[in-house]
Amino acid sequence: MINLLLFPIIIPFLFAILLLFFKENVMMQRIITVIGVTLGLIASFFLLITIRTEGVQVVTLGSWPAPFGISMVSDMLSALLVTTTLIITLFVVIYSFTSIGTERERFFYYPGILFMVTGVNGAFTTGDIFNMFVFFEVLLIASYLLIVLGGEKKQLRESIKYILVNIVSSALFVITVAYLYSVVGTLNMADISVKITEIGQPGIITVIAVLLLIVFGIKGSIFPLYFWLPGSYAAPPIPVLALFGALLTKVGIYAIMRTYTLFFIHDTGFTHEILMVLSILTIIAGCIGALAYFDLKQIIIYNIVIAVGVILFGAAQMNEAGISGAIFYLIHDMLIKGALFLLIGIIIYVTGTSNLRKMGGLMKTHAPLGWFYLIAAFGLAGIPPLSGFIGKLLIAQGAFQAGNLWGSIIILASSLVVLLSVMRIFIYAFWGEPVGLPKTERKSYAKLMIPAIVLVVLSILYGLGTEWLIPYMTDATDVLLDPSIYINAVLGE
Amino acid sequence: MELLMAILIGVLFTAAVYLILSRSLIKIVIGTGLLSHGAHLLILTMGGLGGASPPVLAEGVTDFADPLPQALILTAIVISFGVTAFMLVMAYRAYAVHKTDDMNQMKGNDEHD
Repeated sequence: MINLLLFPIIIPFLFAILLLFFKENVMMQRIITVIGVTLGLIASFFLLITIRTEGVQVVTLGSWPAPFGISMVSDMLSALLVTTTLIITLFVVIYSFTSIGTERERFFYYPGILFMVTGVNGAFTTGDIFNMFVFFEVLLIASYLLIVLGGEKKQLRESIKYILVNIVSSALFVITVAYLYSVVGTLNMADISVKITEIGQPGIITVIAVLLLIVFGIKGSIFPLYFWLPGSYAAPPIPVLALFGALLTKVGIYAIMRTYTLFFIHDTGFTHEILMVLSILTIIAGCIGALAYFDLKQIIIYNIVIAVGVILFGAAQMNEAGISGAIFYLIHDMLIKGALFLLIGIIIYVTGTSNLRKMGGLMKTHAPLGWFYLIAAFGLAGIPPLSGFIGKLLIAQGAFQAGNLWGSIIILASSLVVLLSVMRIFIYAFWGEPVGLPKTERKSYAKLMIPAIVLVVLSILYGLGTEWLIPYMTDATDVLLDPSIYINAVLGE
Repeated sequence: MELLMAILIGVLFTAAVYLILSRSLIKIVIGTGLLSHGAHLLILTMGGLGGASPPVLAEGVTDFADPLPQALILTAIVISFGVTAFMLVMAYRAYAVHKTDDMNQMKGNDEHD
C-alpha cells in the first residue's frame, strides 16, 4: 500500500489553496499553477509505472479495512485518464496566459482549474460510489465558477441552465446511490460488485443500472440528455471550453464504463443493449448537429457528442476488442479535443469571429495554423496513421465480433461526417479569398500556437506509438473485462 | 414509518418538480432546495429506519441505528447548501444583468444562424 495514487489529487488541491493567497499577483499565480500541474503530472507518470509493474494500487483511507472505509483505487484505466487530464490541463493553462485576460486571472481562474482537476482526478481514482458523488460535486462546483467567470450576459444566461441541469442530475445521483445502498448494503464499488454477483442482478438492480445511466448520461451527454451541452459549452471562453470538452464529459463516460463493467454484468442483454442503442443515437444526433451549424464552436462541440457515442458503443460490446478500442479512443479524444479547441481558439482570435461565413483565406496569412489544424482534423476523423484510427478500428472489430453489424457501419459512416464537418471549417476558414482581418498581435498569436502545436504533436505520437502503448491498454482492458482483478485488489488485502 | 416517509419524499419531489418547471428564477432555486431535501430524506429512509441504540459497540446491543446514511446525509447537505448558495448568487447576478427573472426571456442563443 502506497500513497502515490493520492498525489495527482492532492497536489492540485494544495496548490489551489496556495493560489488563493496570491489573488492580485498574476505572474505568481501562473508560475505556481504550472509548478503544481507539472508536479502532479510527474506523480501520475510514477503511478503509471508502478501500476504497470505491480498491478492495481489501493489505498484505504484511515487504514479501515476495505468495505468499511473509503478506498481509493487506481487501475490502469484511471491512471491513464489521470495522466491525460494533467497533460491537457498543463497545456490549457499555458494557453490561458495569453488568451484569458488578466481580469479573469485575478478572479480565481487558476484555483478554479486546479480545484476542477482535483475533482476530475478524484472521480477517476475513487473506489467508493458515494465518494464518487462527492468528487463529482467538487469538479462541478469548480466548473460552475469557470463557466460563469467573467459574468458576460450570455455566460450568465447559459450557466444558470448548466447549473440547474447539474443540480437535478446530482440529486438523482444521490437518490440512485440511496437505492443501491438499500439493496446491497454497501458503498464500496468492489464490494457492490461482489454483492450483486451473490444476488444475481434481480430487476431492481437493473432499474438502478438505468438510473445510473441517466445520471452519468447527463454528465457525459448521451443522446436524449445532451440538450444542455451545446448552449452551455459555447458560453465560456475557449480555454475553459477546451477543459470542459476534454475532461468533464469524459468523467461521465468513465463512470458509465466503470459501473457497466464492474456492477451490471449479469444482465447485459438488457442494460448493455440500451447503452448501445443510445450510443448509436448519440452519434447520429451529434452528426446532425455537427453538420447543421456554421459556427466554429458549435461544430466542434457537436463532435464531442459524436465521440461520446463512439466510446460508449465500444464499451457496450463487452468484448476485448470493443473495450480496448473504447479506451484507446477515450484517451485519443481527450488529447485531440484539447488540441482542436485550442486551434479553433486561435482561429477565432485572429479572425475575431466564430462565424464561418465571415472568414476565409487564412492559409495565405497563417499557414502554420492551417497545417496543424489539418493534421488535428485528420486525427479527429481517424485517418491512419494518426491517433483515432486504431481506436475506431478496434471498436468496429469488437462490434463485428459481437454481431452488431449495423452499429459498426454507423460508426464507420460517422467518421466520414466528422471528416466532412471539420474539413468544412478548413475550407471556409483557410481557402478562398482573404477577408480583412482585425488587427491582432503577432506575438501573442505565436504564443498561443505553442501549446496547441505540442498537443497536436502529442496526439500524433499517440497514434504512431500505438505499438508501445499496447501493454498499458491491455492492462486497462483486462481490469474492465475481468472484475475479479479489481475486486481482489480492493478486498483481497 | 417508512410509508409516511415515502409519502413525504414524494410530496417534496412533486413540489420541487413543479417549482423547477416554473418560469421565475427564484422559484427554481427554491425548487432545487426542495429536491435535495427530498433526496436527503430518501437516503435516510433507504438505510432503514428504526434502531433505538446508538451505533456504538457494546455488549448485548442488537437494535442499533445504521450510522452510514447519516454520514452520507451530512455530506450531501453540506454540498447542497454550498450549491444553493452559489445558485442564489448566480440568480441575483443574472437578474441584475438581464433585468428579468423570467426564464422564458433567457432562452435562445443570439449568436447562431
